[in-house]
Amino acid sequence: MSGKTLYDKIWDAHVVQQDADGTCLLYIDRHLVHEVTSPQAFEGLRMTGRSVRAPQRTIAVPDHNVPTTLDREGGIENEESRIQVEALDKNAREFGVNYYPVSDVRQGIVHIVGPEQGWTLPGMTVVCGDSHTATHGAFGALAHGIGTSEVEHVLATQTLIQSKSKNMKVEITGQLAPGVTAKDITLSVIGHTGTGGGTGYVIEYCGEAIRSLSMEGRMTVCNMAIEGGARAGLIAPDETTFDYVKGRPHAPKGAQFEAALAWWKTLYSDDDAHWDKVVTIKGEDIAPVVTWGTSPEDVLAITDVVPAPESFTGGKVEAAKRALSYMGLEAGQKLTDIKIDTVFIGSCTNGRIEDLRAAAEILKGKKIKDGMRAMVVPGSGLVRAQAEEEGLAQIFIDAGFEWRLAGCSMCLAMNPDQLAPGERCAATSNRNFEGRQGKGGRTHLMSPAMAAAAAVTGHLTDVRDLMAAPAEA
Amino acid sequence: MEKFEKLTGIAAPMPLVNIDTDMIIPKQFLKTIKRSGLGVHAFDEMRYLDDGSENPEFVLNQPAYREASVIVAGDNFGCGSSREHAPWALADFGIKVVISTSFADIFYNNCFKNGMLPIVMPQDVVDVLMKDAEKGANARMTVDLENQVVTTSDGEEFAFEVDPFRKHCLLEGLDDIGLTMEKAGAIDTFESAAAQSRPWV
Ligand code: SF4
Repeated sequence: MSGKTLYDKIWDAHVVQQDADGTCLLYIDRHLVHEVTSPQAFEGLRMTGRSVRAPQRTIAVPDHNVPTTLDREGGIENEESRIQVEALDKNAREFGVNYYPVSDVRQGIVHIVGPEQGWTLPGMTVVCGDSHTATHGAFGALAHGIGTSEVEHVLATQTLIQSKSKNMKVEITGQLAPGVTAKDITLSVIGHTGTGGGTGYVIEYCGEAIRSLSMEGRMTVCNMAIEGGARAGLIAPDETTFDYVKGRPHAPKGAQFEAALAWWKTLYSDDDAHWDKVVTIKGEDIAPVVTWGTSPEDVLAITDVVPAPESFTGGKVEAAKRALSYMGLEAGQKLTDIKIDTVFIGSCTNGRIEDLRAAAEILKGKKIKDGMRAMVVPGSGLVRAQAEEEGLAQIFIDAGFEWRLAGCSMCLAMNPDQLAPGERCAATSNRNFEGRQGKGGRTHLMSPAMAAAAAVTGHLTDVRDLMAAPAEA
Repeated sequence: MEKFEKLTGIAAPMPLVNIDTDMIIPKQFLKTIKRSGLGVHAFDEMRYLDDGSENPEFVLNQPAYREASVIVAGDNFGCGSSREHAPWALADFGIKVVISTSFADIFYNNCFKNGMLPIVMPQDVVDVLMKDAEKGANARMTVDLENQVVTTSDGEEFAFEVDPFRKHCLLEGLDDIGLTMEKAGAIDTFESAAAQSRPWV
């Protein structure tokens, strides 16, 4: 018998019951909840007279709809958004789940708050009515998004009916070159495998380049596993993970921590484990990348040119034509010639402290291009506070960025932060779909450092050019 | 979930093919906090005119069909997005059964999760049922799930197939949650074992 993968181990530790056809009832350790996909689930409980089985394992925070402007204490203007947030307030209190309301400094994007507060731990099962739940896989936790009926199912039973996915290994060997970040890894992987490449799989990211990443970087990588089609992304926990977790408010303490640690150290894929699919990429081959189209797989090195639709095959030819027309680009155009109107730094992909440090490093002593609209939206109130303490906020403000409060903000057009039709944005978020950041808005995905570089020059820019040049006085 | 055993009600004819989820519930109604209350928006674009008044042409606005609990529809009912708002809207309107030659897969599954019965019939049977539905409010159709038979207002009977497990769930009023709750003992056992082996969780 072959050994087990990390996924197999976590799965096995959570099976409550297995049916004859292989379908399992899986126990859920942590259930994260936000305001958009939960109201009907709570309403369902109310209608059937059911309660939340494990409120202590349930964590709620509003993020998608909340305004991120400094005056938001005044309330949410958009009525539907306000109603959704108020419904979460009411449901969280009525059902007694852990809650971080808008007024709490710990409020932020659910996928940033969970790890920050120590709710997410290695070896756990974590679900949320949100596809980017994959983020938590960075801790070696099995984490994925669910639909509203399933949210209700988890609330009522603390379990989920699941069939097992296949195992896929994505290995990034060697080291990253200067200017190349976790975002470039995860985008490059999707560029390599396509948005359907991970369908039916749980991905484990491994290799030296992944090992060298901080927890923040690992979360960035796992966050976008879903854009590659995978059910979840995983990274085996190691010293980096344990150091991050230790001392967090909801992490185990003392003897319990030691006991947990002993188990966490067994959470890795055995050498003789079976993989259904393996992808290997050399870290040295990864360049700073951007997306040019309207699918996260439309990834190219910043040194490249906009591709011709004819260079693709099958249905992608039409899709590329449509993407170029939507994005207002010409085949053959140099990517670095593409002018940018707006820069958005934030989201559950890149709204953590390390992301802000990387962007500030580029912006230090520089100003954004005249007429540029640029905003930084920290992923949580605590990230914001830390950035202020470290002096990063001042660098952003001096450069001409808006310094916002925490939330999903311009990652999706559900709150006031939106692109106008035709407006072109350098974004650190995860989706460049048509209309994602606002009707007609054009999104180029990239790392925080690359977005900062674009803010300075006013066009897509190879961040390495700015790293070489001394900061202007 | 409410039990579904036998239903006698008015059937509305909707001979259109490819009635998609956007037609059943347009996306502007997804920013809601309820799954109930969507019934007034069911078939919004076909049902209401630009000024918001009812379109008298639309079948469910006609006096004979306002209380319909069955829809007899053209091929490929429920195609489009996976939004669960589609069955929610139909159920809230009062529709318990949809009969067609074919259904989109996700919509078909979502129906059962919400106490509704989608019935697949061959074209010639759908034609007969469509004719029956066209007779209006006095022609009541009977759907007997236990015996798997649809009976027209003239007493003509047609058998249908349904997955035995799903049939069981509908008859007993068991939704996924109800079913899992029957396994509460196993969940309890798992929790106590986990409390021993992973007390920090
Ligand atoms: S930041 Fe964007 S991707 Fe992340 S949870 Fe919010 S809306 Fe979703």
